[in-house]
Amino acid sequence: MIKIQDLRKSYGKVEVLKGISTTIQKGEIIAIIGPSGSGKSTFLRCINLLETPTSGHIWVNEAEVTNPKVNIMKVREQVGMVFQQFNLFPHMTVLENITYAPIMVKGTSKKDAELHGRELLKKVGLSEKEGEHPVRLSGGQKQRVAIARALAMSPEMMLFDEPTSALDPEMVKEVLEVIKSLALTGMTMAIVTHEMGFAREVADRVLFLDDGQLVEDAPPAEFFSSPKSKRAQDFLEKIL
Amino acid sequence: MNLDFTQIVSSIPYILQGIGVTLKIVGVAALIGFTIGILLALCKIGRFKGLKWFADIYTSIFRGTPLILQLLLIYYGTPQLFDIKVTAYTAAVLAFGFNSGAYISEIIRAGILAVDKGQLEASMALGIPYKKMMKDIVLPQALKNILPALMNEFITLTKESAIVTVIGVTDIMRRAYIVGGNTYRYFESLIFAGVIYYLMVIVLTLIGKAVERRMRRSD
Repeated sequence: MIKIQDLRKSYGKVEVLKGISTTIQKGEIIAIIGPSGSGKSTFLRCINLLETPTSGHIWVNEAEVTNPKVNIMKVREQVGMVFQQFNLFPHMTVLENITYAPIMVKGTSKKDAELHGRELLKKVGLSEKEGEHPVRLSGGQKQRVAIARALAMSPEMMLFDEPTSALDPEMVKEVLEVIKSLALTGMTMAIVTHEMGFAREVADRVLFLDDGQLVEDAPPAEFFSSPKSKRAQDFLEKIL
Repeated sequence: MNLDFTQIVSSIPYILQGIGVTLKIVGVAALIGFTIGILLALCKIGRFKGLKWFADIYTSIFRGTPLILQLLLIYYGTPQLFDIKVTAYTAAVLAFGFNSGAYISEIIRAGILAVDKGQLEASMALGIPYKKMMKDIVLPQALKNILPALMNEFITLTKESAIVTVIGVTDIMRRAYIVGGNTYRYFESLIFAGVIYYLMVIVLTLIGKAVERRMRRSD
């Protein structure tokens, strides 16, 4: 469970998050959408403290990550993250990318980590690529490896920061399929996305952010058919 | 033209023995310099203001004064301050190590800063501790990018090592100079020393290229 209370973030004088509160229940799938510059990514990145909130409180399960005394590294082990730019480690093979953190952070034995790693590679359909370096992979393959890498830590929840925005159009589907299959396992997920069809199909709830504010919070059917706010109506009109 | 290389033939083994002396100085100094360079670079990019200042001042002093002055200070100066004897070899290794540490730290700092910020974020998101992130994720990528600059530094070090001649270390340069004095054949013996230095640099260059090829395999 993730609980967020009056989250604010400023860069100098610019306030990009203006007091956001919401709760993500265990097993829930949240799609975060909104125009660019609305603060969606910042919002997501605050959850595992890749961005330090200016004020407000965030709890991940029992741990209040905004409390400086809490060991954020421990919390991050439970929260997997997938980035727009993949951020695979270029000097490691695919399998090493996946097994590094379990071995070095969790102390899993190399053998177990590789076993689990191969299982995950199979799940994302890339078993034959385990010995390759990331540079030899297509964007879609890289992102699937990145998902496997995050899952290798056996996280309780996953954060996706525009996972398909850097992909060529023909590769979007393969990545979304992997995320969908993950959704079926009951994983708690928060996904910043521009893929409206995907959001409608997969999400339990849609959070619509605009100008640093949480403007709407509704199930996708309701949000996409009858958005309440003028801002959401305008946004949907532009993109659909 | 008064040029006769046969005059120094009998002294060639003597000059060649200097290669070992030079290599021992350069090798150890490079190791010291590289270690100091990494530590200073980590201080410079780290959170602790005190360490950052120390590293900046260190670099500023060792870059801002002549290497030969540092060498003479360590060799002649330290025994005066403290009651210890510094051998010429120790003085040479320390002076070159400290000095190249300053330059190498800047090279490594640049290399670290050039590593994509996403790599740090991915490491943090996975809960990888800072030390391991630096050692296994950041430095290997940084080193790959700065390899040409590092090789440059080691080549400079090899050639600059010739100034140990002034404190009497019998390296290649010193030996060539002695042979020149004994035979009145300065030109021949110095040219011979020059050829040795050049070949050593060529070998270093080749090693550097081989290492670079190895590291670029993942590209």
